[in-house]
Amino acid sequence: MSEHILHLTVNGEAQHVLVEGRKTLADMLRDDLRLTGTHLGCEHGVCGACTVLVDGAAVRSCLMFAVQAHGSQVTTIEGIADADGGLSAVQSAFRECHGLQCGFCTPGFIVSIESFLDAHPDPSDEDIREGISGNLCRCTGYQGIIKAVRLAAETRAATPQDMSAPDDAVSDARVGA
Amino acid sequence: MKPAPFDYLAPTSLADAVEALGSYGADAKVLAGGQSLVPVMAMRMSRFDHLIDLNRIPELDFVRHEAADVVIGAMTRESRVGSDPTIAENVPLLTDATQYIGHFQIRNRGTLGGSLAHADPAAEYPAVAMALDATMHLVGPDGSRSVSPEEFFLGPMTCCAEDEELLHSVSFPVWGPGSGFSVQEFARRAGDFATAGVAVGIRVADGVVDKAAIAFFGMASAPVRARELEIELVGQKAMDLDFQEVGNQAVAHLQPPDDIHASSSLRRQIGAQLASRALSTAVKEAT
Ligand SMILES: Cc1cc2nc3c(=O)[nH]c(=O)nc-3n(C[C@H](O)[C@H](O)[C@H](O)COP(=O)(O)OP(=O)(O)OC[C@H]3O[C@@H](n4cnc5c(N)ncnc54)[C@H](O)[C@@H]3O)c2cc1C
Ligand code: FES
Ligand code: FES
Repeated sequence: MSEHILHLTVNGEAQHVLVEGRKTLADMLRDDLRLTGTHLGCEHGVCGACTVLVDGAAVRSCLMFAVQAHGSQVTTIEGIADADGGLSAVQSAFRECHGLQCGFCTPGFIVSIESFLDAHPDPSDEDIREGISGNLCRCTGYQGIIKAVRLAAETRAATPQDMSAPDDAVSDARVGA
Repeated sequence: MKPAPFDYLAPTSLADAVEALGSYGADAKVLAGGQSLVPVMAMRMSRFDHLIDLNRIPELDFVRHEAADVVIGAMTRESRVGSDPTIAENVPLLTDATQYIGHFQIRNRGTLGGSLAHADPAAEYPAVAMALDATMHLVGPDGSRSVSPEEFFLGPMTCCAEDEELLHSVSFPVWGPGSGFSVQEFARRAGDFATAGVAVGIRVADGVVDKAAIAFFGMASAPVRARELEIELVGQKAMDLDFQEVGNQAVAHLQPPDDIHASSSLRRQIGAQLASRALSTAVKEAT
């Protein structure tokens, strides 16, 4: 059993954490950094509730070990709102369009959709359905979520985005036709 | 914490990774994208003493056009495989297949080598490797060796890599002008593993088929070619092909699995339909 000291940046803040090798990134964020907005539904890659950005790419934090994020920039749901605390376009659209009910799946959806819209600024309905296919919601029936993505895309198009994602972000949100 | 305890190792060179594998052998496991291995560990279906993470070895992440092949490093992410222009131009079957793999969040971590080594019978990349007669390059403490997909895929979740070996890269032959490709699959929900699927390549010269490859996935314990039919197709006029008939012939030799997702006979019908659709798409692209 190995223990490791990691240095990483989470939501813009430098963090230093001592973890066991087998601790997932999700558990480290929740238990060590108390960032409990990242939710754990299935813990084996199916539901998407645990989605975070690692170096700009949306990934399942239950399928990465914390130690693998050494040296990385991680963004969780806590880092999505504007610096002044105002909701992001995606977050506002979820509220506007009833994109959530119990809210359990919502952090994963929001983080995924932020990344999806960076790659697909003007998505078709089919793109949207494909884009949210990696996140499961047990409450909303998805129609509200699809509407929210459409509205968020419009809001983002109307307000110039500050493209703060790193240039070398490996995101393939482009691929999924 | 769900996985059993292990020692974590992150070598930064291929030589160090191979050395670690050489000393730990069966007590070690390599970690690529983790999109299959970590779930297996979370369910404690696999446990070992040493986890060797390949994610900090840049020399395993590359796409190179070399002579008649495109060679791709095992640690190349599925997201890169799906968007790389060299691959799109020379091995479009890989590009086409990538969109069917899970979701973009999965493809951001999952790797070409991990998908091949995991050898899920319903996975897309193994069928593409099979269809294109790719060559898998393995490396271990005793040196390297190259094998064909038939030698590589031994059965469900089983490839031929020894405990001390890792998959280094894969060479995909470039088919050149006059060729057309298509991947077709059926899954109940976007991103699910396929109930059945097929990867097809056709090359046409002067209106006549001069090369054909049909590889099914989800239809047997490993990806499987329709070799007899491929041989029959060569020499036929592309315009005269009856795709429905060819689709039926393509599945005639298969005994697809029976499970909760589909019965064997339903899989056969789906397979025939997909093959017919893939062949007509590929022929259209080739001519
Ligand atoms: C929700 C979900 C949906 C998915 N849907 C699909 C799908 O539709 N189609 C599909 O094909 N896949 C799908 N996958 C699996 C995904 O493609 C995986 O990424 C892939 O199967 C394994 O690749 P990996 O890089 O994540 O490997 P890992 O999970 O890290 O490793 C898998 C296995 O391969 C071994 N291994 C990895 N790299 C090497 C190497 N270089 N040499 C030797 N052994 C190696 C590991 O030791 C392990 O046993 C899905 C996964 C999830 C979680
Ligand atoms: S908790 Fe990570 S995908 Fe479900
Ligand atoms: S809002 Fe309840 S699970 Fe999605």
